[in-house]
Amino acid sequence: MMRRLVTALALAASLSGPVFAVQPDEILDDPALEARARELSKGLRCLVCQNENIDDSNAALARDLRLLVRERLVAGDSDEEVIAYLVDRYGEFVLLSPTTGGWNWLLWAAGPLLFVAAAGGGAVYLRGRARADAPTEARLDADEERRLREILDRSDR
Amino acid sequence: MVTELGHFALILAFLVACVQAVVPMIGASRRLPGWMAVAEPAATAQLLLVAGSFAALTHAFIVSDFSLRLVVLNSHSAKPLLYKISGVWGNHEGSMLLWVLILALFGAMAAWFGGNLPPTLRARVLSVQAMVGVAFYAFILWTSNPFLRLETPPFDGQDLNPLLQDPGLAFHPPFLYLGYVGLSICFSFAVAALIEGRVDAAWGRWVRPWTLLSWVMLTIGIALGSWWAYYELGWGGFWFWDPVENASFMPWLLAAALLHSAIVVEKREALKSWTILLAILAFGFSLIGTFIVRSGVLTSVHAFATDPERGVFILAILVIFTGGALTLYAARAGIMQAKGVFGVVSRESALVANNILLAVACFVVFVGTLWPLVAEMAFDRKLSVGAPFFNMAFTPFMVILGLLLPLGSLLGWKRGKVGRAMRQLAPALALAVAVGALFWTMQTGRSLLGPIGMFLGTWLICGAVIDILSKLGQSRDLRRLARLPRADWGRVVAHAGLGVTMAGIAGLMAWQEEDIRAASLNEPFTVGAYEITLLDVQRIQGPNWFADQGEVSVRKADGQGGEIAHLYPQKRTYPVAKMPTTEAAIDYRFLRDIYVVLGDRQQDGGWTMRVYVKPLANWIWGGAFLMALGGALSLSDRRFRVAAGARKAAPAKGVPAE
Repeated sequence: MMRRLVTALALAASLSGPVFAVQPDEILDDPALEARARELSKGLRCLVCQNENIDDSNAALARDLRLLVRERLVAGDSDEEVIAYLVDRYGEFVLLSPTTGGWNWLLWAAGPLLFVAAAGGGAVYLRGRARADAPTEARLDADEERRLREILDRSDR
Repeated sequence: MVTELGHFALILAFLVACVQAVVPMIGASRRLPGWMAVAEPAATAQLLLVAGSFAALTHAFIVSDFSLRLVVLNSHSAKPLLYKISGVWGNHEGSMLLWVLILALFGAMAAWFGGNLPPTLRARVLSVQAMVGVAFYAFILWTSNPFLRLETPPFDGQDLNPLLQDPGLAFHPPFLYLGYVGLSICFSFAVAALIEGRVDAAWGRWVRPWTLLSWVMLTIGIALGSWWAYYELGWGGFWFWDPVENASFMPWLLAAALLHSAIVVEKREALKSWTILLAILAFGFSLIGTFIVRSGVLTSVHAFATDPERGVFILAILVIFTGGALTLYAARAGIMQAKGVFGVVSRESALVANNILLAVACFVVFVGTLWPLVAEMAFDRKLSVGAPFFNMAFTPFMVILGLLLPLGSLLGWKRGKVGRAMRQLAPALALAVAVGALFWTMQTGRSLLGPIGMFLGTWLICGAVIDILSKLGQSRDLRRLARLPRADWGRVVAHAGLGVTMAGIAGLMAWQEEDIRAASLNEPFTVGAYEITLLDVQRIQGPNWFADQGEVSVRKADGQGGEIAHLYPQKRTYPVAKMPTTEAAIDYRFLRDIYVVLGDRQQDGGWTMRVYVKPLANWIWGGAFLMALGGALSLSDRRFRVAAGARKAAPAKGVPAE
């Protein structure tokens, strides 16, 4: 039993060849609908893959999702309705671009917020530098004088 | 036998590193020259021992010694020699051995070329470098030993992941590691300077070559990886914002920031404390990258190891080193006082803007990469953060960076004049606007991406040309161009390279054409301006794979002229690893690639085919190459050769040739 299972799995692995990402038979006849399907697919995650969208993925599940997206579009759903339908079925994990709901606003705002803070900090620093007094150069101590001479001698050679 | 010697050499290297971590540090604080002098021979000995250890492992892979567990898991006797060798680092244990090899290499280089450093600083740098080494030797010896034997060796190995059997990927990890690990030297310099309590212009000058070197290597490594993804994964994507890619991209961004801020330290003795912080963070992000890749905490294609023990170990290394350095920084940052005084409009402030933009961009990537983890642990939400997020959140900062760059590089030190710089740049701006507008009117869609990319690309490239011409002064004698300092050339080549890459990315993303169909033999079809014909499909046999190979002819769609290209896309199967791969056939040209992929056989005898026309695809890697070239030119500048004088002065120490 066990051995047969292993053989079957091995066989399945060797036969499940590179199923293509989007297959010719999936493509819709209406180019406008197909274009929308492609655009939507790029923002949807293949749930069993690692960080791949369903448009690029070779996995069988991705194909199912692609067909599902097209089915909904043919049925007359708007883009938002298709997304809502998929989120409803698979959870927000399916969205490659996370929503802004809940604490997610922090994810979206993190960059701009830090940028504003850093620009402010930078401006304060620059004004400080512009107003600072020119430094009085400290004289080299004896040790530094000697090292300086050493280095200068060396690079002359 | 050789394997045992390699194992033994690795243990010895660990012990030498322990000595090198402790003795010179004590020597430096008590001013004991003999103790400090231990560092240099120890660093050399470490390198020799690790190199021996690495050579032993490589030997085991080359002779296909299947009594070694690692060789069984990652090699096969029928594999070509190149991939037997690259198999050494195509797995977790071997790649960590490569990591310590490069760590030891950089340590030894710092010892050899650090002749003009103050003895205490040098001893401390080498000691900190050895501490990092100790941690990673321990990691390898206790959790990821590559030298484990098998009691009953199998007849043959299980082969390397076929996706990794590729020239681009064979050299991708070594370059990436040279970059990652090179940043350890900057980290060691930063920590040593904090202990020393002294950061001056000389410190900036010592750190900059190491940063440049790491950044050049990271650039090459990332470009190779991205190029590999482009031609190997079968749909011509070049960047996926995968956690593992981000892991290498974050140190790259910070290294770019660091090499610019070190200029300010060197020339103007300002931004010292920020530069130290960047040096710590840059290596910190290398460690975070290692943690992400090695622990598999954010699962992705590259995660070979999903063993939590290893993840926890690396997390501990990360916390101890970054945390320790940051604590030291918090305690000592106050002693670093800026000296340089400069106006709000100046080269200095342009470099501050550069640093803010690069650091914030890095932060965006960091937050985006870790957010799924945060959301799951803190809010119990399972969500994904993918390419659409990064494209939207990251790109604006790069656009601002591109807009400011030509202006900033023309501003004078101390006090610049925007008006003067803008007058110089007027031709570049006019041309860039014209090019952007031209593409805006030519394209059919309403996407702004293409025109903006073309605008930025032209602006950056022309800005770089104006930058180098402005160095000629009033004379306008073009013969003097060749005699300009290499650092000037490096700067403009790298900046122009950024422009080329930006134009390439925008062109590819905005104007790619695609065709997916079931193609019948000898029935031409049109994709964009080209006519494609599938002539034949044959079964062929390689050394450790077999494939269906198509023969495809490409002509102009208008029927003018002869054949443009004859392409052979393959669909390969590696029987040992039981894995199929697609080998796309690509006709590379300056302005576009034609990218052909062969798929499955259809029931009616036709074949699935995907054909893409990818405008400006080569520009992405061409620009990266220019950036690396610019870095290398800068690195070869005379002013970094003060160390060269030291080397000539002390040939007796057995310094190897450059």
